[in-house]
Amino acid sequence: MMAHAIFFYFFSTIAIISAIMVTVSKNTVHSVFFLILDFISISCLFIMIGAEFLGMIMLIVYVGAVAVLFLFVVMMLNVAQQKNQWFLSSQSSRHIPIGLIISTIIFFELIIVIRGWKYKPELFENIDSTSSFEGVSNTHSLGQILYTDYIHVFQISGMILLVAMIGAIVLTFRQREGVKKQSYIKQISRERSEGVEVLNVETKKGVSVDD
Amino acid sequence: MDYINIIFQEVYKILFLLVPVLVSVAMIVWLDRRVWAFVQKRQGPNVVGPFGLLQSLADALKYIFKEIIIPASSNKIIFILAPIITMTLALIAWAVIPFSESQVLANINVGILYIFAVSSLGVYGIIMGGWASNSKYPFLGAIRSAAQMVSYEVSIGIIIINVLLCVGSLNLNDIVIAQKNIWFIIPLFPMFVIFFISALAETNRPPFDLPEAEAELVAGYQTEYSGMMYAMFWLGEYANILLMCALGSILFLGGWLSPIDLYPFNLIPGAIWFIFKILLLFTLFALVKAIVPRYRYDQLMRLGWKIFLPLSLIYVVLTASYLFYFNLLPTI
Repeated sequence: MMAHAIFFYFFSTIAIISAIMVTVSKNTVHSVFFLILDFISISCLFIMIGAEFLGMIMLIVYVGAVAVLFLFVVMMLNVAQQKNQWFLSSQSSRHIPIGLIISTIIFFELIIVIRGWKYKPELFENIDSTSSFEGVSNTHSLGQILYTDYIHVFQISGMILLVAMIGAIVLTFRQREGVKKQSYIKQISRERSEGVEVLNVETKKGVSVDD
Repeated sequence: MDYINIIFQEVYKILFLLVPVLVSVAMIVWLDRRVWAFVQKRQGPNVVGPFGLLQSLADALKYIFKEIIIPASSNKIIFILAPIITMTLALIAWAVIPFSESQVLANINVGILYIFAVSSLGVYGIIMGGWASNSKYPFLGAIRSAAQMVSYEVSIGIIIINVLLCVGSLNLNDIVIAQKNIWFIIPLFPMFVIFFISALAETNRPPFDLPEAEAELVAGYQTEYSGMMYAMFWLGEYANILLMCALGSILFLGGWLSPIDLYPFNLIPGAIWFIFKILLLFTLFALVKAIVPRYRYDQLMRLGWKIFLPLSLIYVVLTASYLFYFNLLPTI
């Protein structure tokens, strides 16, 4: 149990410190890296309480896919420079009240959640890496619940994600004029007769070749 | 005292796994260059040691003694972290690979998810290296590789689902044991082909080595790296390739199972068969590198999203309905 406690405090300290660093650090790219560190330490905590499937999925989905896109956007926008200019301008103060209202709401919500949360010491007993409930592994039991009792909620959340994905594609998709597009069917089905033309070049006159 | 004993035992086990992996990474670089040379009717590295076997060692020595240059305008911490992360991630995934029924460092329930998670983290080494260099070519290379690795992970994930449907467990040893009667390469052959090609793209191997396409991007995300830091990127890349070969042989070629369950073949330990299968897959990787020209980037994306993703999804439906119809679904 001793080692368990040491690891728990190790990971949770990293999680809290990196969560603070996400908001504090000046460079936006650094904040995203701290966010990734936060995700990783939280998935370690998940694994420690025996929720190995959740921990791994957290790594795959959040760290492997979502945070990559975050990093992508932040790197491409170069937000660090924009932020400095924006803070100097007089416009920035207009947004402070809205930000304050939102953060107060979130603060009180968090207080309500934490008040209702109780520490269950029996959760940490009889935990090992191959934690199982009546011989059924955590992954199996999760699947059995998700695909029987909560099948409708599960399917609906999947549908919502699909709709959101299609919506994002529709919003960003636009057909532009004058863009050269390469059609692979055209490229593959090209024959010699289309590509090669034998011309009789007259001396000192040349030929005009259209691209 | 007990704790210290356990820690020493674990460290011993880890070293027993890591040292062979690192040595075989060095050997595999040599094999790669030799196969590449033979396809092009050259000799390849054949001077240092017998058959040039020690060439990689000589190269490593050269890298160690080279000066490490850190660009003045780079983000130094992340610049140094990037190769370390690449190398570490490539090595920690080996913890769950079973070399035989008992020879596995960590026999965890979600082994395949662990490997998938670690290989999906591999993109960070590249992005960090590309961004921290603070120069155009590395950044372009990093962006390319991020998009490429994220898209091919999707098809690899769905291929893994195909295998898991037939096994009913996420444990790597269970996946191997489930292939006792028939290797999954036979019923799932199309998936094996797609897995192989996706693994090429996932590890940034030619013909999908666009992140480091020397004709366009100098050396991509590695442009600013030198000395040992470059060597660590390089070792991490090859360790990842080896890992993908190991994963392919576990998922489709029966891992440590012997191909024929008869008397003389039974005697050979499973680890030998496993290494043999990894080498077979790696030779295929090397041959592809020598034979196939590089893809164009839009074709790469088209291949990933418009061909591999739908195909593997259709195959998931086919596999699931076949197993359901003939009542072959694995029970817990």
